[in-house]
Amino acid sequence: MIRVHNLWKSFGRQEVLRGVSFEVQPGEFMALIGGSGCGKSLLLKLLVSLLKPDNGRIWVSGKDLAASSGKELESLRSRIGFVFQGGALFDSMTVYDNVAFPLREKTSLGEKDIRRKVTGELELVGLRDAEHKFPAQLSGGMIKRVALARALVRDPEIVLFDEPTTGLDPVVSRAVLDLFNEVHQRLRLTGILVSHEIPRIFEIVQKVAMLHEGRIVAVESPERFCASPEPVIRQFVNGNTTAQSCLNGETGPRACFENPVKPSCSSSFSCSPSAFRDFSITSTRTTTRTSPVLHFPKMN
Amino acid sequence: MTRWIITLGAAFMTEIGRLGKAGMFLSQSLLDCLTAPIKGERVLRQTWFIGWKSMLVIALTGTFTGMVVALQGFPTLRRVGSEALLGPMVSLSLIRELGPVLTALMVTGRAGSAIAAEIGIMRTTEQIDSLELMGLNPLRYVVVPNVLASLLALPVLTVVFDVIGILGGYLVGVRLLGLSGGTYFGEMSNYVEMKDILGGIYKALTFGLLIGWVCCYKGYHSRFGAEGVSAATTQAVVNASVLILVCDYFVTSVVF
Repeated sequence: MIRVHNLWKSFGRQEVLRGVSFEVQPGEFMALIGGSGCGKSLLLKLLVSLLKPDNGRIWVSGKDLAASSGKELESLRSRIGFVFQGGALFDSMTVYDNVAFPLREKTSLGEKDIRRKVTGELELVGLRDAEHKFPAQLSGGMIKRVALARALVRDPEIVLFDEPTTGLDPVVSRAVLDLFNEVHQRLRLTGILVSHEIPRIFEIVQKVAMLHEGRIVAVESPERFCASPEPVIRQFVNGNTTAQSCLNGETGPRACFENPVKPSCSSSFSCSPSAFRDFSITSTRTTTRTSPVLHFPKMN
Repeated sequence: MTRWIITLGAAFMTEIGRLGKAGMFLSQSLLDCLTAPIKGERVLRQTWFIGWKSMLVIALTGTFTGMVVALQGFPTLRRVGSEALLGPMVSLSLIRELGPVLTALMVTGRAGSAIAAEIGIMRTTEQIDSLELMGLNPLRYVVVPNVLASLLALPVLTVVFDVIGILGGYLVGVRLLGLSGGTYFGEMSNYVEMKDILGGIYKALTFGLLIGWVCCYKGYHSRFGAEGVSAATTQAVVNASVLILVCDYFVTSVVF
């Protein structure tokens, strides 16, 4: 569905991407992780041709982006939903108009059909009551959910999420990720999720890719990724889980920050495969719902 | 010496490149202005914003400009015994020169800066990227309404400025300095010709296009962050104001 081969991109003398290659199969949900400023968001923008690579090829749904004409690119983009880091909602429009905008502009649907579709999407993200509000009146979590509704309203085959939980508190962040998981499970979308929410995102993706110093250093299943002996991966994953352990009070914060991969920091969140499974089981128990209705903390 | 030449050459080429980019932006925007579909609702909203909301500042500026021209001109004309020509002097100064230029400068300061800031924020918050991803032409949604609105609003505002300025000149010349009202308006109709009025309108149209182009261009290519938007806004106002004054000379030499 998405294939990237030997992608290079630099700004001036700064090489950000240095030969990135990976594949995402249809229906697969991949997490793209890496340190801040390593080029994850840039990579997503290259995938939708908002920026052009210096070198390398990208195929989306079998089409080579570099060889696509303007019309082909437009048609390809209509099959991709993009959830921007800050939501990118239009300030001058209400929530309803924001979600309806792509339908009004790019389809021949009548206003009645548009209302039905928009209402359905807003119900899916739990914001039916907020349709008359403007983006300035929404909380961070609500903005991300409206952005998701807008990304889904044209029934895309691929959805790209650019750090959808950045700046949200842990409760809202969890609710937003639950929503993405729910949407993915229900619609079987192909997706790439850029996020730092480790280990939470490992529950909802089938594959994890790590970008480090301009290259993809690993593309693995979450279990294999956590069990990887690669020092870069261990440091990145343990850095996150250690912080979690520190919050749990299982180890002293000072000790954790001084030695992020210290064995004494192992906990229910540590990254041994068995521990990861334990975490998954625990969290699945708490997040699995029998009803498709999603429950968000009250934010309006 | 060679290093100086290389540095100078590189700076020159960079500027040429920038000009070319700005020229391409203008030509693409004009092309989009001439081809359907035009977003009528957005054009109307921006016309209201640029035109109607600038009315008060234009009225105030026009009044005091007309008043000060009359106040300065009357003693000078009396020295040569031509105080009867105060009406033509005020009206021709306003219609041919001060009306279009001051209106354009005022609109640049009030609306042009707001346009640049709004588009700059749309750029930094990825709203423009979002339009592009929806398969929509961002120029058509963001730039074209502002360019068309500037083109529509500037001539109207200029006429308002001229009329109110002439009335301001009347207040000073007739009510304050004692010139007869008949002389003030009578001589005006003898000296002011249609080509003067049309010349002022042509200037206003040129300045309208300039404001729309420069302010949208600067906002559209704003750098990221608050500092980027702030720099874009400042550059938009400074560049547009300087260009208005430069263009004024060339349009004057062609039109009159």
